[in-house]
Amino acid sequence: MFEYKRTTLHQKRRMMLRIWVAGVFALACFVGLVGRLWYLQVERYEGFAARADQNRIAVVPVPPRRGEILDRNGVVLARNYRDYTLEVVPADVKDMDALLEELSPIVYISPYQRRRFEQALAQSGRYASVILRNNLSDLEASWFAAHAYKFPGVELKARWVREYPQGASAAHVLGYVGRLSEADMTRLEESGELGNYRGTNTIGKKGIEKTWEQTLHGKTGVEEVEVTASGRPVRTLQRTDPVPGSDLRLSLDIGLQKIAEAQFEGKRGALVAIEPGTGEVLAFVSAPSFDPNLFVDGIDVDSWRELNESPDYPLINRPLYSTYPIGSTYKPFVALAALELGVRPPTLRIPDPGYYELGGQRFRNAAGAVYGPTDMHRAIVVSSDTYFYSLGPEIGVNALHDFSKQFGFGQLTGIDLDGERRGVLPSTDWKRQSYRKPEQQRWYAGESVSVAVGQGYNAFTLLQLAQATAVLADGGSYVEPHLVSKIHNPQTGDTVATSTAPTHVIDLKPQNLKVIRDAMVDVLKSGTARKAFAGASYLAAGKTGTAQVFSLRGAKYNAAHIEERLRDHALFMAYAPVDNPRIALALIVENGGWGATVAAPIARTVFDYWLDPERIAERQRLVERVKDGS
Amino acid sequence: MKILLQAALKALRSLDWPLLAILVLMTLLGLTVMHSAVGGTDWRFADQSRHFLLAFVALWVVAIIPLPRLMQLAPWFYSIGVLLLLGVEFFGETSKGATRWLDLGFARIQPSEMMKIAVPMMLAWYFHRHQGKIGILDFLAAAFLLAVPFALIVLQPDLGTALLVFASGFCVIYFGGLSFKLLTPVFLAVVIVLGTVVYYEDQICQPEVDWVVLHDYQKHRVCTLLNPGSDPLGKGFHTIQSMIAIGSGGIYGKGYMQGTQSHLNFIPERTTDFIFAVYAEEFGLYGGIMLLVLYGLLILRGLAIAMRAHTQFGRLLAGSMAMMFFVYVFVNMGMVMGVLPVVGVPLPFMSYGGTALLTLGIACGILMNISTYRPVRR
Repeated sequence: MFEYKRTTLHQKRRMMLRIWVAGVFALACFVGLVGRLWYLQVERYEGFAARADQNRIAVVPVPPRRGEILDRNGVVLARNYRDYTLEVVPADVKDMDALLEELSPIVYISPYQRRRFEQALAQSGRYASVILRNNLSDLEASWFAAHAYKFPGVELKARWVREYPQGASAAHVLGYVGRLSEADMTRLEESGELGNYRGTNTIGKKGIEKTWEQTLHGKTGVEEVEVTASGRPVRTLQRTDPVPGSDLRLSLDIGLQKIAEAQFEGKRGALVAIEPGTGEVLAFVSAPSFDPNLFVDGIDVDSWRELNESPDYPLINRPLYSTYPIGSTYKPFVALAALELGVRPPTLRIPDPGYYELGGQRFRNAAGAVYGPTDMHRAIVVSSDTYFYSLGPEIGVNALHDFSKQFGFGQLTGIDLDGERRGVLPSTDWKRQSYRKPEQQRWYAGESVSVAVGQGYNAFTLLQLAQATAVLADGGSYVEPHLVSKIHNPQTGDTVATSTAPTHVIDLKPQNLKVIRDAMVDVLKSGTARKAFAGASYLAAGKTGTAQVFSLRGAKYNAAHIEERLRDHALFMAYAPVDNPRIALALIVENGGWGATVAAPIARTVFDYWLDPERIAERQRLVERVKDGS
Repeated sequence: MKILLQAALKALRSLDWPLLAILVLMTLLGLTVMHSAVGGTDWRFADQSRHFLLAFVALWVVAIIPLPRLMQLAPWFYSIGVLLLLGVEFFGETSKGATRWLDLGFARIQPSEMMKIAVPMMLAWYFHRHQGKIGILDFLAAAFLLAVPFALIVLQPDLGTALLVFASGFCVIYFGGLSFKLLTPVFLAVVIVLGTVVYYEDQICQPEVDWVVLHDYQKHRVCTLLNPGSDPLGKGFHTIQSMIAIGSGGIYGKGYMQGTQSHLNFIPERTTDFIFAVYAEEFGLYGGIMLLVLYGLLILRGLAIAMRAHTQFGRLLAGSMAMMFFVYVFVNMGMVMGVLPVVGVPLPFMSYGGTALLTLGIACGILMNISTYRPVRR
């Protein structure tokens, strides 16, 4: 079947011609290639030789030291340490398993590290170096250095690693650095900063580390190194030193922070303390917290799952992300609005039969209390809901909106942290824009009633409440809250302070402020929070609050916890001393119950620490000690 | 004893000595350059030596199979190859955006590689069977036989291999008697299109312009070829650095193991597709010409075998194999010297890679087989 047929002579001759043509074509092409070779190697030889010479000079990035973060007394909150790592270039390793086998007797590699290494290996290119082990001990590092020649493709490297010595304390303020992700790279490339990140493998991901990234990072230096033909560096030709990142001095006091955090042990909640007049944040608590050190080298799966799936949401930055109806702590501001707008004189007594009636609907006092005839002072001291229910429609939701807006309610405070939420300061405009159906867009008179007691549509962040309290304490001057107070450039030695100038001053009459202040003082003396503040060495003003719950991000149904999670939030806002306020704070204990019994004692502890003369002296000694040490 | 001697004699007679001499020279040169490219005797050098050994074994095995039996196998090879390509299309393993491998459970194979041999064998078989009465329909059938595997490989996408498969198949059709009247206008049209592309480079390389048939990365390759300076740290890097390497070699080269570009890691893929840059940097213009002469001799020997072949199948297949070497060399060197776009075509006997060497070994085995085959007269 497959026997060969003899081809005709004619066929064969035609074929010859075609083979000749092909041969000539191939040779012609080869002559072309020789021509190109001649052009490159003879005509343009000098230009290319010069460029190849330039290529003998390797440009090596020298990453800068990241700036440190210190508290107001100079206590270190974030620093860097030198770490030895083993890195592997996969292309230069023939048998990875054999290599790991050979390394293991001296440099221990745990199964977890090995798994992570293999994951990273699968993701990166053959010529990119992959970290095999970090945190080598001195012994391990010196052993490897002596035997490095046996392990081609494995390099011993030193790098800066970020460390947070205070652990979970103030974690939501500091945030953390993490490995540069693909998205980070793209963003840096777009802003033209990618070059400054050569040789760096981490970047600020959250908190101060993120918002002050540019200041902290510094400028990458460059070393031009002449290398031999074998690639070994011979000498440094030129070196541009890296510019270390600036150190940040926070206004935060880590002592106060820790006192406050201790009060939230086993609770969920938030606390923000601000110095009135300067906007300096003294304490910023989000409980529960997490350990930012976990994130520095990439968090392991188990820790991540634990943090991410916890019903307590430790990763949420509560003071500026969670929004709450702030309940009665809103009342001093509503009362001030009534006075400033001339809606109701402070002495006018309103009958309080235990409820306020509007359009046949009864709005009742909390816990069925009946206060009888109540003026403004008494209404704040005993926290009469009825008095404020009736103020709601009288002021009107839009007038209240415009007034409260000046204090920063429902606005971004502009704090130097990321992820801040605006919340909701209701108005008729807001409702029209937020809802689609016409009947939902309408504002009902009854809605003004609940808004005046801090419920209803109101949804503020705790940071906003703390800021408003600081503004109230300072008599109306609004200074943007901030955490970084000083920026210290370690190279020039210059220290620059951040701005503490007020962005605006609210026009408030002194006699009106006095009414509110006196009432708030009496809240702590004889009112709802008198027990918590009995025997204080300073005069403080404040207001308790209890807010009805609506769940935070729809936590999962859990029968064991349902009772607790349905409880009210306990709130408190206060400042002290009254004559010359040095601290203003707001705090919330989620599902804590009564503000007076749960929240007010926390504020007392924090104030005591901050205002007690003995403690102040102690703190000053600490400052001296830190200064001596540095 | 006698049987053994006869077998040895047969084995020796089945070899084409001039071709073998060229191959041995190429092997020595290839290993020498590889030694420099990897920077000493590391594992890739040892691997490549093993690859060469394997390729020579394959060459010899193919050389002693009787030619009629080889021809008999052609349709089987081809059919299995197409089936495997379909398998790749549906079940293949994807890496770096291309699906080229097929996991058969016991081995991972790259079916597109075997098509470089199977397609010309199939076409030569077809033309051989229909010789003497070849008409327009036969050319259409041949075009179809070529188009199917070509399209499947383009889809993977693997432009380099697709190009080689197309070239080897097309050569059979050409040697089979495709009319010059048809060829000349097509050839002219291609020249004109390429000329236009080069001339209007500025406009068509704008990011908004979509090239419809080509992938984005292929468009980038063409555009960076036309103007490598447009992206010196990104996609033009390969071309610029390899041109610097070649150019800085000058007439005499920098000397064996002395190439700075190659040893300082400036040439990407220096053991595979860009190995000619390493060679030209170290051996200069003289070395480059010498290598081209060697390749030229290889191709001419292949064409000579085609001329002297006794059957149509042998003629067509030998011609195609010889011209496949030419396409390999021309496309690879053109790309390394910056006149052709960067496509994944290795340099025969130089580039690192076992699969490619095996294919080359088989191709040479076929040439030897054809060269030594004498049909039995009836």
